[in-house]
Parts: sequence; structure tokens; C-alpha cells
Amino acid sequence: MLYSKTYLKRTKKGNAVKVVKEHYLRDDIWCYVENCTFCKHTEPALLEEARSTKLLKIPHYIVPDTNVLLNQMDIIKHPAINNVIILQTVYEELRHLNLSIYQQLRTLINEGNRHFFVFSNEHHRDTYIERSKGETPNDRNDRAIRSAVRWYSLHLKKASYGNKKIDVALLTDDVANREKAKAEGLLAFSELVEMIRNEGKIGKDRKVPYDDHLTASKIESGIKSGKLLQGTLNINIHNYLEVNGVETQIIILGRSRLNRAIQGDVIAVELLPKSEWTISSTAVVLEEEEETTELNEEIMNQSNELNNESAKTLQPTGKVVGIIKRNLKGSATSNIAENVLISPLDRRIPKLTIRTRQAHNLMSQRTLIAIDSWPKNAKYPLGHFVRVLGPAGDKSTETEVLLLEHDISHQEFSPRVLSNLPEEGENWKVTDEHLRDRMDLRHLNVCSIDPPGCTDIDDALHVRSLPNGNYEVGVHIADVTHFVKPNTALNEEAESRGTTVYLVDKRIDMLPELLGTKKVDRLAFSCIWELNSEAEILNVKFVKSVISSKASLTYEEAQLRIDDKRARDGLTKGIRILNQLAKKLRQRRLERGALTLASPEVRFKLENDSQDPVDVELIKALTPYGMSLTFESSKSLSDSLEKAVLPEDPYFNKLLRILTTRCMTSAVYFSAGSTVAQEYKHYGLAADFYTHFTSPIRRYSDIIVHRMLAVAIDFDKSYSSELTDMYKVQKICDNLNYRHRMAQMAASSSVELHTYLFFKGKLEREEAYVVKILKNGFIVLVPRYGIEGIVYSATKKSAAAAASQKHVAPITYNVLTNSLESTLEDGQKISIKLFDRVIVQIKKPEKERK
Amino acid sequence: MSRQELIGPQGLRQDGRRASELRKIKCTPSVLSQSDGSSYIEQGNTKCLAAVYGPREARQKAQILHNKALITVEISLAPFSMSERKKRKKFDKRLLEIASAVKQTFEPIIMTNLFPRSQIDIFLQILQYDGGMIQICINAATLALIDAGIPMLEYVCACSAGIVEDTTILELLGTPELTVALLPQSQKVTLLQLETRLHVDKLEPVMKMAIEGAKDIYKHLDKISRNYIEDLLQKSNPHPPI
Repeated sequence: MLYSKTYLKRTKKGNAVKVVKEHYLRDDIWCYVENCTFCKHTEPALLEEARSTKLLKIPHYIVPDTNVLLNQMDIIKHPAINNVIILQTVYEELRHLNLSIYQQLRTLINEGNRHFFVFSNEHHRDTYIERSKGETPNDRNDRAIRSAVRWYSLHLKKASYGNKKIDVALLTDDVANREKAKAEGLLAFSELVEMIRNEGKIGKDRKVPYDDHLTASKIESGIKSGKLLQGTLNINIHNYLEVNGVETQIIILGRSRLNRAIQGDVIAVELLPKSEWTISSTAVVLEEEEETTELNEEIMNQSNELNNESAKTLQPTGKVVGIIKRNLKGSATSNIAENVLISPLDRRIPKLTIRTRQAHNLMSQRTLIAIDSWPKNAKYPLGHFVRVLGPAGDKSTETEVLLLEHDISHQEFSPRVLSNLPEEGENWKVTDEHLRDRMDLRHLNVCSIDPPGCTDIDDALHVRSLPNGNYEVGVHIADVTHFVKPNTALNEEAESRGTTVYLVDKRIDMLPELLGTKKVDRLAFSCIWELNSEAEILNVKFVKSVISSKASLTYEEAQLRIDDKRARDGLTKGIRILNQLAKKLRQRRLERGALTLASPEVRFKLENDSQDPVDVELIKALTPYGMSLTFESSKSLSDSLEKAVLPEDPYFNKLLRILTTRCMTSAVYFSAGSTVAQEYKHYGLAADFYTHFTSPIRRYSDIIVHRMLAVAIDFDKSYSSELTDMYKVQKICDNLNYRHRMAQMAASSSVELHTYLFFKGKLEREEAYVVKILKNGFIVLVPRYGIEGIVYSATKKSAAAAASQKHVAPITYNVLTNSLESTLEDGQKISIKLFDRVIVQIKKPEKERK
Repeated sequence: MSRQELIGPQGLRQDGRRASELRKIKCTPSVLSQSDGSSYIEQGNTKCLAAVYGPREARQKAQILHNKALITVEISLAPFSMSERKKRKKFDKRLLEIASAVKQTFEPIIMTNLFPRSQIDIFLQILQYDGGMIQICINAATLALIDAGIPMLEYVCACSAGIVEDTTILELLGTPELTVALLPQSQKVTLLQLETRLHVDKLEPVMKMAIEGAKDIYKHLDKISRNYIEDLLQKSNPHPPI
């Protein structure tokens, strides 16, 4: 049956336009209930064994309405909830309202084992309803939902399932809808109370009244006219009442000017008059000081004093007038401090108010909280409790917390994803079919060299002498793209994970354990060079191949083989040749100006979010040591770093490299064509082009590169459209950059966590270096443990205490020399500057991990 | 992930069709009294009126072909045919292009050598447009030519198909697609028009899909014209021999 949908739409120009769309109603939409005698579906989605609860003893299927899904997705995701009918009306409404929840629903539907099923009620002849005159679209949708529920109810009554009676239950938060449904004789409930969304009836705290946000249209026009500025809120990690927002960095001071914006929100900012502009304050805000509202003013006053001294470095300040897009996807994990007040681990997120009956049980537990809203009259945002992660301070709990914090999905791979792997599993073998298009390299002496304990081996090497005196060197990368095909669940999962995350005691894989790298034949993507004895590349060839790894060595074993003069087997000879070639290549790269960068520990990666403008300070601080850094090119920087050595302090050079690395932007993935070719350069490696290729098992970028290369060498005849679509590639790149950054931060947090656990109950004195001076403290790096910490020179309380005892003179901050100064008891003046060596006492932080 | 989803979780499109289903076709031959042959076709919300004049004496002597008839095709788009009213130039390049495609489609099918020095005019008017211009023009012209009694080798039926993320979709409207004009009895393709870049591997399944669609359209057109002729026969001969 054909039905025309007609509606009016406004065009870009503002004209009203009548749109007529076809809308077909069908007779062949089945109920998808197991063993239904009326319908002709083949793959039932709903089980005959429907669930029943205390509340509703009849076995039933659940039909949630849009708001239930929107607000209570957390409980819908609970495994106890199954056999759910999602109506098309709801499905589509949800898609328009919230894409992230829609995606979660889609995964639930696709999983299959939860028996979520989409019923196309809008195209069913018996359930479709037309919007009547004067009815709002919402009312119409509610009626459509009820109409579908009634159809199901009648349909299930008509069909016989032995003696069993199955019914459908409508779940809705809307009282009117529930009553109407009940009046029609349908089952309707709204019983997901415990995790219900916080409606904002509590926490009427008028202490911090916030200004109203502007309306969307006002914001839009304000931004267009240049009166308002748009930007992403990025709260300074050390000082959470100060914000660096927007491209031009506008400082927003204080909670009231922040006006309910939360870290990561896209906000509209109004600039304050020039008289209120300030310089970036480096003071650290302590938690206990937060409550004192004068603090803001204090900072302001301090800043004003500073203004006179450094008027040139003024930074604009502003206040938030509206929030364009909330960044609510990040849930805060937290400790429960008071009955209903939760303090998140991420200090950039304000405390939350939640309503719960289990406040007592939740004490000192880590919990997962979702932020719902922030009404004008509440001091803190409102949220609801999702689940308990475990006791605070517990290793596994904290590990889970840091995974959640960094948005790393660490669930097991779903059956749908695993079904994309070859069925043979461990017994998978190379067959003649594989050999047909591939180069057979199984006769070569291929081996892999990796760090000890490495299980995801993805590359192997070989070398052999050619008759003309040159060498043939091959690098063989596991051919992951042979198994990970585009448009599969496996690919989708890998794409969203982006990278394997390495924590201290755990590895979160990007791909499920594919196929081990034992000494058997494997498919590989090989790059084969011809090099002369000076390691100059004469020829290069990319080819898909089959290899057979003769040995998998650790670095140590390889080194032993090189050193062992007696070993003369082919493999050892090969490793020696490779070693010589590698030395020559490395030398040449250094000559070109590649940087040797450093991080505090091999296992410790740097945090990128504290992008402090140290570079100026760095040069200033270096002058007393008689050194300087030059930045004209990577070559000159590399040379000047090479020279900056203090003979009496071997760690100094490394420290300098660490700080230099920190000033540089990290390399990012991008889609060629999205920027001009001159921008392709990789600064640190001093290369014109650089891309990843060697680890497709743990990096998705390499998978994309493999696919592209396979097409380029005419191995793959067809390719999916994403390879040629610049925007799609750029989108993938953005995600990869994000995932990569998160993985690095998680890794460093994991190290931090283990260091913290190590120091639990201990008190140690250790040598440390000052890496940054703040107004009321300094940050030190302890080389032995590779950890960083803040040393507060004076908190408010301790300063008062110190003053009263008169033992220690207060430490003051000197802007001109960027140092902290104080006088000791005997009247000797000391000052703490950048790079100074100090002895610090390390102890376990009392409450917080950070 | 875009908010638009072409095929929903139950395999239905936005308008309720499955991937391999055509839009509803409604057609009537012989709707105009003045022309020698005419037809009216609706394929979903795309509606087309076709009028055929001829074979008749050629209008312009210069154009006369001595061994066969001349075919002219003119397509016009009614100003109210789309949701926004637009004034169109008389010689819209796109319409001219489609007209020439239609003309080329019919030149080998109409037995033009039977009518030397004459002219056959096909006028196509799109009354409402909702995607699939070429296909509806060809289908309407076929029916009108049959109505006009102009000898043709066989039917010409056109249908379009496209591909979205590995699913071939019949009458994928709004996005560029592949149009096929088929001679259903001899299974020959007389027109193949591709408006987008398509990978070689995907061409075959998309073409197959379009051909299947064209066959369905043929069945429908054939039924309608047979019914019409039978109807006509009955009317002209009120007392059939027993």
C-alpha cells in the first residue's frame, strides 16, 4: 500500500517548501517471535522463553520508549535485560536526539545474543498511524508506540505458544503516556527508578548563582558578528579554576565566569574589557582552597600587580556566555566524599551531586557516574550513579578507572567480531591458494628480533648477499589485512580502538589474538631492498609473500649472536650484516638532523596535555650554564643538544632532551591532500615523508597503509571507498590521533599508579630536578623512578603555620628571575631555579592518586 | 557515522522498500486525443507524460533523411515538478543531454527504414520529479510509441540501480546511479549510463540489479498494453464471434 508523507520544510534561503515523500506500508513485516504460527520469518529474534520479573509475572517482551533509552541506557545495557523490541519510531527518534546513545543501541542490536530487535512499525500496515490535526509530533510518536504495542499484544494473544502466555510491556517515563496505555488495556511501567536521571529537584544551592546562558540563536549571531568567540574549553590540569579556551587562548577565571562549562565543552565566550586582562598565572590551586571564593580575587590581584611588570604578555580574559555542545560522553569516576557529593578523579571536572539510596555502601568506592545536567541554581552539576568499580586504591579497580578515564574500550571482543576470524583458529595453514598470488620466500633465513616477552610479533627480517656484491634486505610484516577485511565487524572494532594500549601489567589489544608467530609458514607483506655496502638504497620492491620464520630472537639473544665469534651459521651472519647496515643508516639519519629525543624512562611516555610554554624559560635558564639551544632547524637543534653536556652531571643532558621533547608537538596522522605537501615533513626524524607500516597488529594506521599499498602494487583489485575518500581518511586519522594520545596517557598513568602503589606506606628521600617553577611551588622530576610531582612551597594553612612558628621564612616568588626565594634560619639566602638539583621526600599522597 | 541510514536494521529503506524493490508503477496508454500516441507513467513520485506524433512529413527539409525516418525527442520539466519553483531555461543542458540519450536509445529499435523522408516526434513532459529521469522518459516513450502503432523491434525498458557500502540497491534515488535500458526479449542492453565513479568489481552486480528491475518494468508495461489492446478490441467489436 502506498502512502504519501507530506510536510513543509524550510530551505536555506528561508522559503517554505512542500516535500512529498513516498511511504510504503507493508504486509510482510513479521513479529520475529520464535515459533510464531502466523508469521513467515526465518530467523526469530525474540525468544519464546521471555523474561519475567517480580513486578510482572507473565513472561513479557520489553518495549522501551525514546526517553527511557535516552536516560536509562546504562540499565538497558545490563545483561539482565533481554528480549527487547525497539520500535522504528523510537529508533529513529533516538538517532536524531543523541547519536552516541544510538550507536550504543546499534551495538546491542547487532550483538544478537541479547535479543534486541527493531520492529519496523512505521511501515507496517496495521501499526502505522497518521498524525491527526493539532497533534504534536511527540504525541503522534507516543500514539504510534502505543499502536505498535497493542498490535504485538493482540498478535501474541492470537498466536498459541503451548500454555505459555507472552505479553509486551511498554516502558515509559512519561506519566501521561503510561496512563493512556493503561486505559487502552496495555501493560505499561516506568520502573527503572534506581538509576533514574536526576531531575534537578535537589541541591538548590544559591551560593553560586550562575548567569543564564544565551539562547542558541543569540550565540549564533554573536559569533557571526564577532562579539562572541567559539572554542573548546581546556582546563589547565594544575589550576582548575583557570581555563585556556579558544584558539587564541582566552583565560577564564573562576567558577562563576566559567558558568557551568565542563572540560571539553564547546563554548561561546565573551571577551572582558582590556582592563581585566591578565597574564597566565602559574599558581597551583589546592583542593581545600577552592571553597574560599576570595581566591579568585586573590589571583586577580596578583595578576594585576604583575601587569605592570610584564604588560606585553597580557592575555585576554573572558567569560562563558553559552555552551554550544556539551561534552558529556566522558563519565567521571569518583570517590564518594559526602552523602551525595562526588568528587571526580579528573580535577578539571567539578564535583557532582547525585541522588542515591546507597550512599553508605558507596563510601570510598570508585564509582562510575554520568553527568546529566547543570541547572542554574545548583552549585555543582547533577549526575546519576551507573555502577561500582571497586574499592579505591585497589590495583584492578584503579586500572579500570584509568582505562575509563582515557576512554579506552577494554571489553572482551564480541562474538560478532571474533566470527570474522578464520574458522580454523590455531590450525590455520598456508594453502596453495595463498601461494598463487604471493611470492614464496619460505626458503629465506627469516628471523624476528623483539624485546623479551613480546608476544605480538609482527615483523621479521632477512638479508642475503647478491652475486654483484650488494645485499638484499627484506622486512616482512604480518599480513593482517588478509584477515581484517573492510566492512566487517572486526575492522570496525579495530578502527574504533585504533591502537593497542600497553599498561604496566596489562595489554589491551586492538585486534583479537590473530595467529601466533611460531616457526610456521605465515602470510606477509614484504618490503625488499637492494642495498650496496654503503647502505645506499638501489632498488625497492613491495610484495605480498609467504615466509617461514626460522627464529624469533630477543634483543639480547641477537646481540649475543653478533658477539659470539664462533657462530658462523647463515642466520648469525645475516644479523651481523644487518647490524652494520643499520649503523650506517642511523649515522646518515643523524647527519641529516634527526633528533635523539628522550623520555624519563623507557617505559614511561610523556604526557602531552601539559603543553607549557617552557621554551623561553628554558633558554633563559640555560644561560647560567653557558649553553644555548638553537631552533633554526632540526639539524642545529640536534647539534646544540649534543653539545649541552655537564661533565659532572650525566643526567643533565637527558633532562634537557626531555624538556625539549615536551615543547614539541607530537607527530600526528593526517590524510595526504588535507594539507600542502610541504607540511608532510616529520621534524624529529628529519624525513620528508613518514608513515607507519610495520605494526598492523597493534596500530590501525598501518592497516590503512597496507590496504593502500596493496592496491598500489595491484595486489588488491578492488578496494573500499574509504581509501579514496580524503574526508573519511582524515576522520580515521583524527580518531587515531586521539586514541594514540589516550593510549600514551593511560600508559603513563599506569606507571604512575604502580609507582603510587610502590610508595604506599613508604617514605623516601630522593634526588630530583626542578622542571618547572610555579608561583606557589615547583614541579620536580625524580629520575630514579621517572615520576613527577608538585612541591608546594606554601599552602595557605602551612604558610600561616610557618609564619606563626617563625622557623622558616615564607618562600616568595620572583618573577624576574623565575625562581623561588627564601631565607634559611641562619640568614643564608637560597633560591630555587629551573634545573636545580634538590632532595625531595616522597610519600604516598593521602587521598588522591594525582 | 552519518545520521542518514539508507537501509535500516530490518532491511527496509527510508520509504519502506527493500533493497531490490521498485517504486510503485502506474501507467496508462493513450491519454491524449490529439497526438498519434501517448502515455502517462508514474514511478513513485516521478510522473511523466509522453506524446508521439508521426510518422509525418518532415518539418525542415534540410533534416530529411532519404533512407529512414528522423526521430526527435524533446523533454520539458514542468516548473512545478520539484519542491522549489524554478524558472528553467528553454535549453537546459542536462535535459538536452537526456533527450539525446533517449533518442539514441530508440533509433535502433524503431524500424525507421520503413518511413523514409518522414519524421517521428517524441515529446516528454515531466510533471513531477523525484529521481530517475532517464528511466521514466524511456519507459513513457516506449508505451507512447506502442500506442502510436509505430513498428518497433521490441520493448525498451529502463531502470536504475546504485550501490551503497556493498549493498546494491534498485532505484537508489537522489544519488548518482547507473541506468540501464534493456531490450527484454533479446536481453540486449541499448543504453548504459553511469553518473558516478564505480569500481569495476561493483559494475557487474549493479548492472544485474538494474536489468532485473528493467525486466519487472517490462512485465508491467506488457500487461498494461495487452489489457489496453484487448479492451480496445472489445470496444471496436461489440459482438464478438461466438
